[in-house]
Amino acid sequence: MTPENAPREDAEDSAIIELGGVTKVYPGDVQALRGVDLLVERGELAAIVGPSGSGKSTMLHVVGTLDRPSGGTVSIAGYDVAELSDRELSALRARHIGFVFQGFHLAVGVSALDNVADGLLYRGVPLRTRRELARAALERVGLGHRVGHRPHQMSGGEQQRVAVARAVVGEPELLLADEPTGNLDTRSGAEVLEVLRDLHRAGTTIVVITHDMEIAEWAARRVRVRDGLIVSDDGPGTGRQALAELRGAAR
Amino acid sequence: MNGRTGRDGRTGQGGRRPRLVPARMSGRDVVRVGMTGLRARPTRVFLSALGIAIGIATMVAVIGISASSKEQLLHQLDTLGTNMLTAQPGRTLFGEDAKLPTSSVEMTRRIGPVTEASATGRTDASVRRTNYIDKANTSGIAVQATGADLLHTLDGSMRTGVWLDSATQRYPAVVLGAESARRLGVQKVGRQVWIGDRWFTVVGVLNPLPLAPEVDRSALVGWDAAARYLGFDGHPTTIYERSADTAVRDVRSVLPRTINPRNPEQVEVSRPSDALAAKAAAAGAFTNLLLGLGAVALLVGGVGVANTMVISVLERRREIGLRRSLGATRGQVRTQFLAESLLLSALGGVVGAVLGAAATFAFASYRGWPPVVPSWALFGGIGATLVIGTIAGIYPAARAARVSPTVALTTA
Ligand SMILES: Nc1ncnc2c1ncn2[C@@H]1O[C@H](COP(=O)(O)OP(=O)(O)OP(=O)(O)O)[C@@H](O)[C@H]1O
Ligand SMILES: [Mg+2]
Repeated sequence: MTPENAPREDAEDSAIIELGGVTKVYPGDVQALRGVDLLVERGELAAIVGPSGSGKSTMLHVVGTLDRPSGGTVSIAGYDVAELSDRELSALRARHIGFVFQGFHLAVGVSALDNVADGLLYRGVPLRTRRELARAALERVGLGHRVGHRPHQMSGGEQQRVAVARAVVGEPELLLADEPTGNLDTRSGAEVLEVLRDLHRAGTTIVVITHDMEIAEWAARRVRVRDGLIVSDDGPGTGRQALAELRGAAR
Repeated sequence: MNGRTGRDGRTGQGGRRPRLVPARMSGRDVVRVGMTGLRARPTRVFLSALGIAIGIATMVAVIGISASSKEQLLHQLDTLGTNMLTAQPGRTLFGEDAKLPTSSVEMTRRIGPVTEASATGRTDASVRRTNYIDKANTSGIAVQATGADLLHTLDGSMRTGVWLDSATQRYPAVVLGAESARRLGVQKVGRQVWIGDRWFTVVGVLNPLPLAPEVDRSALVGWDAAARYLGFDGHPTTIYERSADTAVRDVRSVLPRTINPRNPEQVEVSRPSDALAAKAAAAGAFTNLLLGLGAVALLVGGVGVANTMVISVLERRREIGLRRSLGATRGQVRTQFLAESLLLSALGGVVGAVLGAAATFAFASYRGWPPVVPSWALFGGIGATLVIGTIAGIYPAARAARVSPTVALTTA
């Protein structure tokens, strides 16, 4: 193992996200993040909330390794992002991270099954296996009866569930969602949230950005962001499955 | 709810993390993804492939049609044979027209490998439709004396009527070459034409003789009739002979000496099939101008493909971002767009090759030629489109690879 890829021996076993003093400055001297510390453990469900322009999406880009921070340290699934090349980051995303966006970004004219199967395209999985796993993932999000449908034949909620299935078909350790219900009505949004909750119960770590206070309530751990800083955080581990279920039971 | 399995590289616990290496995409997947990209925009794909198709079709058709015409000439040469030589009088040392001895045909027949020999002898007479037409107006038709064996030596055939026989050779009977019949407007046996100063009866009309076009433009009468009615001196002016194919060279070398032992230099020997062979060779060399036009069309098609790809990259930034978020490396994005560009131009290339071949078949069968499309032209054409597709795709693919993955997240 080369030094660049040397594992962080000191990494907390259960920590999947570790941000230390992360800053992000966009061209034009826009300070989107101004020193963010965040630790998310495996199995947590965390909601990131905050006003528009507070830096939530920027934070998600950095966590998802889609963008590099201007300063600070980022460690995802035990890998120090600063030490990874662009190729290695791609591999990290392919294996460890799933994304759900506000826009569904489904390929038009392509069946739900193949849209989901594309979630494994960059994992070196043969087509037949990709399709088999895609079918299972669609069943998991309650769309087992829609495998042959094209995006335009599905409701927004269904499309977003297809996108969720695509994000989790490779069973990533970390699922990042940026306002996944932002384009949906309440009912469809609730369906998508239900799917996320099931995934969380099954062990996936989920970080979801939201404006919606209801989602924020629904998540066990809330992280509030304002002006590029975390202003309140229930703390590492509070978003764990057990806690979430305890809360659910207490309600 | 199914339980999670620790697949590929998930170590779960223990700080050691495996080295991250992007998975290779199989060739099939590259093609599949490229096809998906093209299928989403069929009209645009059709139009930009059309440019390439036109270029390739033009080039394939130009090559195919010239190859077909060459094939036709070679085929003709094959049936006509290349074993015929002709001998004609040249000039004397003093620059006067030489004459072939009257015994020329007989002497020629004595050459071992010679299988047949015959001759024609030019008379001074002219042929006209009627005696009212001016004597000087020959219509370019020569009146020639010949023997019964000429038809066989030339491997000719009658369009109508009969060839001269031992009886009609002695009478004022005439057989018209194909072209002379046309010029005189005589197509029927039994008509009379005015030769010299008397009427001759047309007994037959020949089919065209590609190896002896001079006979096509002749009116043929028997040796005896020519001597008796037209004052013919009996000297042949063209000897036709055939021999075994392998002996043509030898015959050619001895022919002048045999025909005119005293002045062999006054005998000019030629091989009529050489002219056809030269024509075939010329037909095989393509029409450069048309080929150049095809190349220009191909170039324009390539620019069209590049343009389509650049637009495609601009429009598909979100798709690119999404793929990057799914784990595609820059290289894989680049490969995808290169593959699309290649598929796009290969599509044009294949369609163009098919169209070019179809055009060749249509034109060749219209002309009655054997249709020939050289396989090197087809594969060369498709190969050229692959080169064009690669070149056209390099820049768009590089642009696509530079698209930031974060764009997938911004806006719906
Ligand atoms: N690519 C960029 N270039 C320059 N500035 C940017 C860029 N992306 C974001 N910003 C700025 O950075 C700040 C944080 O943006 P970000 O998208 O992270 O906010 P957000 O919390 O996700 O907001 P919203 O809730 O509206 O999605 C904003 O001021 C934004 O204008
Ligand atoms: Mg945002």
